[in-house]
Amino acid sequence: MDKILGKRSALAGPYVIWAVGFTVIPLLVIIKYALFDRSGAFTLSNILAIFDPVHLRALVFSLEIALGCTAICIILAYPLVLAISRLRFARSGFMLVILILPMWMNFILKLLAWQMILSSNGVLNMIISALGITGFDISNTPLSIMIGVIYEYFPYMVLPVFDAVVAIDADVIEAARDLGAKKSTVFWKIIFPLSLPGLMSGITMVFVPSMTSFVTADILGGGKLQLVGNIIEQEFIQSMNWNLGSGLSVALMIFILISMTFTVNRNEREEEEAW
Amino acid sequence: MVEKLKNLISRLYIFLIILFLYAPIAVLIILSFNDSRSRVRWGGFTFRWYVTLLHSSQIRAALGTTFLLAFLSAFISLLIGTAAALGIYSMKKRNHKLMMMITNIPMLNADIVTGIALMLWIIQFMPLGFGSVLIAHITFNIPYVILAVMPKVKTMNISIYNAGRDLGAGPLRAFFELMLPQLSGGMISGFFMAFTMSMDDFVITYFTKGAGVNTLSTMIYGEIKKGIKPEIYALSTIIFVFVLVILMIVNNMPAREKANRKVA
Repeated sequence: MDKILGKRSALAGPYVIWAVGFTVIPLLVIIKYALFDRSGAFTLSNILAIFDPVHLRALVFSLEIALGCTAICIILAYPLVLAISRLRFARSGFMLVILILPMWMNFILKLLAWQMILSSNGVLNMIISALGITGFDISNTPLSIMIGVIYEYFPYMVLPVFDAVVAIDADVIEAARDLGAKKSTVFWKIIFPLSLPGLMSGITMVFVPSMTSFVTADILGGGKLQLVGNIIEQEFIQSMNWNLGSGLSVALMIFILISMTFTVNRNEREEEEAW
Repeated sequence: MVEKLKNLISRLYIFLIILFLYAPIAVLIILSFNDSRSRVRWGGFTFRWYVTLLHSSQIRAALGTTFLLAFLSAFISLLIGTAAALGIYSMKKRNHKLMMMITNIPMLNADIVTGIALMLWIIQFMPLGFGSVLIAHITFNIPYVILAVMPKVKTMNISIYNAGRDLGAGPLRAFFELMLPQLSGGMISGFFMAFTMSMDDFVITYFTKGAGVNTLSTMIYGEIKKGIKPEIYALSTIIFVFVLVILMIVNNMPAREKANRKVA
């Protein structure tokens, strides 16, 4: 048996080669670009450029957007997941289809549609001014970027949380109820802790892309509000300063890595506590 | 009474979420019937864009590239990723952990960093084009396949395979007839996830494509400033209806399969 298992790990061979060739090496290459200037001399200034006021402001703004969007996605997702899981099985399958379907529309087109909905003479403003409220215009504001980001990544929060909640043994919940637990107790002591693995993958899938979705900021921010992704993109496409662009990318990577380790470690601790 | 009210509130909530998810899609569908090149003016109802769509070679090329890329990258990722899931699972703990960590890199890294890193590396040995985009898509797709197949590998009953071997089935036959069927659920969802991710990607394609190659996403991005061709709205309406029908059929699969899915 050991012999079979030993041989079978060779099946991972093609992937090991691929992962080294196209995941590990490219990261080393971008780090190399980050550590040298155009003339080829070693420097840390490309990475430290993240502390330049303009870049730092973009990083802080990205962080605010990402934290806000992730929090709102979580707050919106749990009631939805609970509402869907109340439905009969066939219905809940249908609801998942409804949730997945918009992901098949091109996201740039959807952002352009949001731009129209949110613009100062758009549908939303028409409805709101019909209600008698004037001077309400959120086009080209951080709020409109957040709507776009939440729209794009909300399903990535709902689906893993839904999977985790559905997998909870119904007997556990019933036992808690029989023993007199209130509904809120059932949620906070059973459903929420057991859904944490799903919540963590949801957070990862929402938080990281929200920090860098430069197209969303381009289209819904009116070109003035910049996420850290916009800055990096400009360094590559317009300024053609690949070393600086790489330096900022590496700084972003370090930043995300730190915040993710923090989240994951906390998750592991909480999971232990839950038991 | 209270239960009824709660049901009503939960339904109302679901309705509001659906409204949020489908508002922009409704806008796009309406635009596909708008007899005006302007996005902000309604020029009357027309099927014109659906007809001219058939003659637009640029859109056809981008659509072809998008689908070819999605299919090839998903298929190659399926082969490499399924083999990898089997292989990684039988590795020793330390290597297993290391490989899963590497697998998480493309998923945790920001798309823009993945795209730029791949671009910086690939241009050292080949020109950017369809090939480089395909490499990039396979790179970010393999992890999705591995993560979809891995749970099936963990719950797979290896005795069935061993029994088949003991009863005289060759290793290939035992592999295809006794092992793969146990993994098929994960493989199918891995393939579709990879296909969807490839179709939906913009950022990584944008940085690795070079001039001349366009997927639907990069073509649309290039047109934002000039104004989107209305044919694009017609095309996305068609894709939307097509996917809707397919998902409905899949959702109404025979009850037996659904029961299986629930167990799995």
